[in-house]
Amino acid sequence: MSQLIYLDYAATTPTKPEVVDAMLPYFTENFGNPSAVYGFASKNKGVITQVRENIGKTLGTKGENIYFTAGGSESDNWALKATAEAYKAKGNHIITTKIEHHAILHTCEYLEQQGYEISYIDVDENGIIKLDELKKAIRPTTILISVMFANNEIGTIQPIKEIGEIAKEHGILFHTDAVQAYAHVPIDVEEYHIDMLSASGHKLNGPKGIGFLYIRKGVKIRSFIHGGAQERKRRAGTENVPGIVGLGKAVELAFANFEERTEKETRLRDKLIDRILKEIPYVRLNGDRKRRLPNNVNCSFQFVEGESLLIMLDMKGICASSGSACTSGSLDPSHVLLAIGLPHEIAHGSLRMTLGDETTEEQIDYVVDQLKEIVNKLRAMSPLYEDFIKKQENK
Amino acid sequence: MYSEKVMDHFNNPRNVGEIENASGVGTVGNAKCGDIMRIYLDIDQSGIIKDCKFKTFGCGAAVATSSMATELVKGKTVQQALEVTNKAVMEALDGLPPVKVHCSLLAEEAIHAALWDYAEKNGIVIEGLKKPKKDIHEGEEDGEEY
Ligand SMILES: Cc1ncc(COP(=O)(O)O)c(C=O)c1O
Repeated sequence: MSQLIYLDYAATTPTKPEVVDAMLPYFTENFGNPSAVYGFASKNKGVITQVRENIGKTLGTKGENIYFTAGGSESDNWALKATAEAYKAKGNHIITTKIEHHAILHTCEYLEQQGYEISYIDVDENGIIKLDELKKAIRPTTILISVMFANNEIGTIQPIKEIGEIAKEHGILFHTDAVQAYAHVPIDVEEYHIDMLSASGHKLNGPKGIGFLYIRKGVKIRSFIHGGAQERKRRAGTENVPGIVGLGKAVELAFANFEERTEKETRLRDKLIDRILKEIPYVRLNGDRKRRLPNNVNCSFQFVEGESLLIMLDMKGICASSGSACTSGSLDPSHVLLAIGLPHEIAHGSLRMTLGDETTEEQIDYVVDQLKEIVNKLRAMSPLYEDFIKKQENK
Repeated sequence: MYSEKVMDHFNNPRNVGEIENASGVGTVGNAKCGDIMRIYLDIDQSGIIKDCKFKTFGCGAAVATSSMATELVKGKTVQQALEVTNKAVMEALDGLPPVKVHCSLLAEEAIHAALWDYAEKNGIVIEGLKKPKKDIHEGEEDGEEY
């Protein structure tokens, strides 16, 4: 197989050609500033409104509740920092989980420095939040619960509806980072009682650097980027019209084949998991077997280290990622893998493969075949494996 | 990110394996930080390193530095092997990214640990060799197998 096999769709996705085509005129002919009075430019305002409406529909809400941002990180920062500020009079306590993306965790650390108190709720061995702990963590001063919809590393989908109900019952705002979930699992902000939701274009075959924050009507958070009156005075800056158009097109395409696509991904995902678990010894699946994103596979291969695995896969034209420390530039493996209770050496041997709509069954088969050889090769080189085998022989 | 030499030694590591009844074996690093190196030495009567093999659990740089270290000490005397520093290993590999320099330190330590083992087994003192400090089981969580 000479083609590149891309299995890192959770990191980012290719922008679809249709998306690029839709965007192009907004760089050249339709370049006008949407705030301008003259017709050709002010038409862009209508274009943006239309995208807003379309995105709102996919979430069961009105377009006016969708605010465009420069991506997932900005949406997460905005939701947390602006809520903290706006609801300061009510309290200084925020609840989140130990497995959030750094866009949430590092924002929480920042807020702690500003005097806010954060509770980081534990997850079980599959990465599902412990609801009883969440309930126990609630204080009279709790102003926000922020729990990611689905985890970017292990793919676990959280009981969002239950969390939404708990938040609502206690009169606490509920934010969810749905960057990995939006357009991959069905979401209804009303049914799930979601007050704020972050999403990002480049995880759904849209462009990078564009995303949105859904904000329920009545939530009092203010602007985070100060300046002009764009986005109903809540997010200043001349609109990224090509980005918004591209995001709109990507959302349209993603929802047009939603079921087909996710069913196919789920089938290939399960095949990949089943073959790995059956054909390679000393492997564990990380994350919940069922409550997981349709496109996520995350396994730990005992006695091997993730970066070595990634380089060898790369030599075979396969792109994947790992939660090993060596790939993060720190000495500790991923906080998510540690939070689900993996010992360090097992976390170092993790491999994440995330599928997309272009992934084929042939590719999956090829990947498993290569993986078997690579894991064998690395284990033959591993002192941990040597010790393990000797121990077995002496039993 | 890696030099061609590093990639070559990672893809075609030299001297992978074990030596039965080795003159000295040294294991350094720990699973917690993600790198473990084991070096086997076969040293003859006259103190010459006849053969050297390694096993490594770790990233690309860890494998490549182990491989290069074994190449550098092979055929050397014990005293010469002591002079194979992490700097020498790095230079021979045309450099390492800054975050990977600790891998080359580990290779140096692994050689020293194997020499220490050899010295202990034979009741000799190798001048300039310090007792290895690393314990590979430090910080290891026990028992779990998948
Ligand atoms: C769960 C999660 N949140 C936030 C982000 C950040 O999104 P962006 O890259 O659009 O800023 C990512 C992307 O890596 C993510 O996976």
